Amino acid sequence: MSLKKVSKEQPHKFEFSEENLNLAKKIVLNYPTGKKKSAVMALLYLAQKQNNNWIPLAAMKYIAKYLDISYINVYEVATFYSMYNLSPVGKYFIQICTTTPCMIRGAYKLVDVCKKNISEKENESPGKKNCSWTEVECLGACISAPMAQINEDYYEDLNVKQFESIVKDILKDVKPKPGSYRGRVNSEPEKNRQTLLEIKNA
Amino acid sequence: MLEDKDRIFKNLYNDLGADIDSAKNRGDWSNTKEICSKGRDWIIEEVKKSELRGRGGAGFPTGLKWSFAPKKVGAKPHYLVINADESEPGTCKDRDILRFEPHKLIEGCLIASYAVNAHKCYIYLRGEYYNEGLKLQKAIDEAYKANLIGKNSSGTGWELDIYIHYGAGAYICGEETALLESIEGNKGQPRLKPPFPAIVGLYGCPTIINNVETIAVVPTILRKGSKWFASLGKPKNTGTKIFCISGNVNSPCNVEEEMGIKLKDLIEKHAGGVVGGWDNLQAVIPGGSSMPMLSKEISENITMDFDSLVENNSGLGTAGIIVINKDQDIIKCMARIARFYKHESCGQCTPCREGSGWMWRILERMAKGEASKDEVNMLSDVTKQIEGHTICAFGEGSAWPVQGLLRHFKKEIIERNNFDPLVKNSKNIPYLIDQHILEEDIKNVKS
Repeated sequence: MSLKKVSKEQPHKFEFSEENLNLAKKIVLNYPTGKKKSAVMALLYLAQKQNNNWIPLAAMKYIAKYLDISYINVYEVATFYSMYNLSPVGKYFIQICTTTPCMIRGAYKLVDVCKKNISEKENESPGKKNCSWTEVECLGACISAPMAQINEDYYEDLNVKQFESIVKDILKDVKPKPGSYRGRVNSEPEKNRQTLLEIKNA
Repeated sequence: MLEDKDRIFKNLYNDLGADIDSAKNRGDWSNTKEICSKGRDWIIEEVKKSELRGRGGAGFPTGLKWSFAPKKVGAKPHYLVINADESEPGTCKDRDILRFEPHKLIEGCLIASYAVNAHKCYIYLRGEYYNEGLKLQKAIDEAYKANLIGKNSSGTGWELDIYIHYGAGAYICGEETALLESIEGNKGQPRLKPPFPAIVGLYGCPTIINNVETIAVVPTILRKGSKWFASLGKPKNTGTKIFCISGNVNSPCNVEEEMGIKLKDLIEKHAGGVVGGWDNLQAVIPGGSSMPMLSKEISENITMDFDSLVENNSGLGTAGIIVINKDQDIIKCMARIARFYKHESCGQCTPCREGSGWMWRILERMAKGEASKDEVNMLSDVTKQIEGHTICAFGEGSAWPVQGLLRHFKKEIIERNNFDPLVKNSKNIPYLIDQHILEEDIKNVKS
């Protein structure tokens, strides 16, 4: 189970923007009538997006009302899943995968870069900085290890130098280019590809 | 090596483009109506004959699973759910299908929905795959626009709607009943089985749940025939499979190969060999982190299919191969995997919730050489206490990798942690719960 800190400073009010209200209406229609509760995960995402990438308690109460379910229902979902941030994170939220396939290719060196340049501990409140970082479990891009996810994008095949320049770009508020940093194409072997060559060379 | 003409995922590396026109050029959607017109029983029978086994890890025969759905729709509607919550460490095959072959998946959804009488299909996608989700949604929109799915899907008269449901970073939601709980808007905690989802599943209705890869290969099987598929691989382990080779290899990659290919061939031919040469190999995890590791000696000759890996006390799982060479500290690697399971345990069953943490802490100490001799047996005991005592297979998934470590690297652990425990071998200590372990130790000392 992931341990999550609920932020001590909470806004008093939360309401969906008009755009998100329309989206929420559409999302609820994806599920059968009477099963509105299913939409809770998608609505939490909307709230997170609207509120600078974290979910305040007021938003959970608002969603509970919107879906006619109890507050604890929303709260337990928000605290169970690790992708809902319950306290503020940076504008750029760096998640470094450190599970074994990434670890044996040097993921902890990337962690050191974050420790040096961003904050000593993970999950530290960003304060005036525009970014924060955390270690996460497998992100499902093991053949591109080591890798990190920054907001929605994957940054793959990294090494320390490249990651340092990524972090420095971010600190300067420049969004680095996502994708592989060894210039490889998708998930093909870099050297000596053996399969589907006719298609490749066609 | 598998010939290119027998490969199902021609666009695995996105040489051809993932949009609907390129997909049609590759043969997707070419005669969906004709396939469906042959009837449900024919489809299920053909899938059964192909001996396709689920690609999500457990390897359950797909045709058999489909036949469990009630033949006629009663008061409750049927559902098809696609498990795209790929989070097993070492596995990243579904990601490429979602990115580059989404139309194979969508066509598979239509055929499977038709076969099990479902009008609604939910694709449960892991939340981290945000960009992949956008690509999949684009493909779904294309399919709606071309009337391939929707009110009258591909002219079959069958109504099908496909929705994506995003997960939010919980590994346990890859377990089928936890996945259903998650779609229903609850915490992802697995349900007791039986009743099986095929009878009581999503919203209490009959539900068939399949992995992305399983569904995506179905249209090609029906097009080329079950005989073709069954002719590849080994009996009971037929067809092709996408293998993900990660870790200490020279060129980590995804590759589609025949089932039953030699592990050494996969590593040497496709992934450019082990870093530092084959002799530098320490161990291989053959099927995602929850499968026990193989030693170098076993890796030399083993073939990659369900049955031969089970014979060697492991499993094919998701076919995510993690290669670990001798530059790595094997105990540390396993401690990290144990930490993964500690983090991802849903907390429902006590043996798993507590035991996964115990295993992690013991292994962390073992990696540092701070554990005592008797803790080696204690660790083995803990894994046995978890295995088989939980609602879902997560218990086994967390215990097996540790058992694999103890099976092949016990000597290394003992060498590093060889001091005697504080309690010397005195007998009958009434408050010591692990008395039986102590007794075993005494026996070992005497013999």
